[in-house]
Amino acid sequence: MIGQSVVLAEGEVPFPPSVEDFFLPSIYPWGEHNSYWITKFTVLVWLGVAATIIFFLVTYRNPKLVPTKKQWIAESIYGFVRNNIAVDMIGHRGVAFAPYLTTLFVFIFVNNLWQIIPFVQISPMAHIAFPAILAIISYVMFIYVGIRHHGFGKFFKHSLMPPAPLFMQPLLIPIELFSTFIARPVSLALRLFANLFAGHIILLVFTLGGFVLINADSLFLKPISVLSWAVSIAITFLEALVIVLQAYIFTVLTASYVQGALADEH
Amino acid sequence: MFAILAAEGATEHNPIIPLWQEIVVGSVAFAILCFMLMKYVFPRMEQTFQARVDAIEGGIKRAEAAQAEANQLLEQYRAQLAEARTDAAKIRDDARADAEGIRSDVLAKAREESDRIIAAGKDQLAAERATIVRELRTEVGTIAVDLASRIVGESLADEARRKGTVERFLADLETVGAGNGSANGSAVRAS
Repeated sequence: MIGQSVVLAEGEVPFPPSVEDFFLPSIYPWGEHNSYWITKFTVLVWLGVAATIIFFLVTYRNPKLVPTKKQWIAESIYGFVRNNIAVDMIGHRGVAFAPYLTTLFVFIFVNNLWQIIPFVQISPMAHIAFPAILAIISYVMFIYVGIRHHGFGKFFKHSLMPPAPLFMQPLLIPIELFSTFIARPVSLALRLFANLFAGHIILLVFTLGGFVLINADSLFLKPISVLSWAVSIAITFLEALVIVLQAYIFTVLTASYVQGALADEH
Repeated sequence: MFAILAAEGATEHNPIIPLWQEIVVGSVAFAILCFMLMKYVFPRMEQTFQARVDAIEGGIKRAEAAQAEANQLLEQYRAQLAEARTDAAKIRDDARADAEGIRSDVLAKAREESDRIIAAGKDQLAAERATIVRELRTEVGTIAVDLASRIVGESLADEARRKGTVERFLADLETVGAGNGSANGSAVRAS
């Protein structure tokens, strides 16, 4: 962002945007290119986590039976994930998973939210590291829950051997192995990462494209920059939908995997 | 995949190779978030939900209990009222029966009393009559003896005087008979 501003001030727009636009110089030490501890991304994560904790602790400092407006908002978030994801997907056992699923949902949502906050406009989730952590936790969790519920052998038998004739199993077991134990975590992480990554790329394309157009030599092209910026605003609204949707999908899929691990029949 | 992307060679960073520093930061940040929310916030929300459910269900339960108690009381009052009505009717019936009994008693007693009084009067009358008859009999005897002795004495003296004596005796009788009844006088005169 800061790098971009400098570039814009010099009148040279780096277009088209590249992967390097996602790897900005670090904040401390300032401008360092190979230091990743304190960057825009990590600061945003810390800010998001701190804001979330403060929000929940403040709104739930003194809970009442008849909730205040803020308490109601906090309860609605938890109640939404608890009733509409955890209990709906997993059943009555889902209540035990509701706190984790809500935390997951809130963490993804808040970090995604940076995508559309003015002057930030990039989500930490556009770096694969953060979605990957969450995907690994979900992966470990559903396997652990399954083993604890069924026992080690029975869980893997359930997971790998669909109810099919025995001669089909040599074909089915590799497919199940791939889909359950490889594709699940990878798709979880990549889906979230790619949505946010692509969203930021699109925003960059239309925003920077506007600058490119206005700096164009042809007088005919200059007014089109306005259209380009208008589209970037529209894309921002689309991103607002995407960030909620992706947080929801990640949470629902995690709940679904847990449900699958707990299910008694295949 | 890494090889392919690296082969393109255009980028310094590979977007699908995570930075390990970010993994550390993300893990710690997420762990802190999990710890704070799952320890201090969501359990309290569950408690609040439970308390809310309890409050609503408790309210309903209390209302039902109060309703049941009210119904029971109503039933009890109705039973008591019915009992009281039965009692009152019974008391009224008893009183009526008592009054009837008392009246018939009194009537019977009065009749008995009047019978007794009448009987006593009759007895007394009979006794008085017997006394009178006895006295009269004695008196008539005496008088008859007296008259007889006078008649015997006078006849021996003279006719005329005898006449006079009888006349006197009869006059005497008349006077006595006026007091004792004409029946005796006439009976005496006839004899």
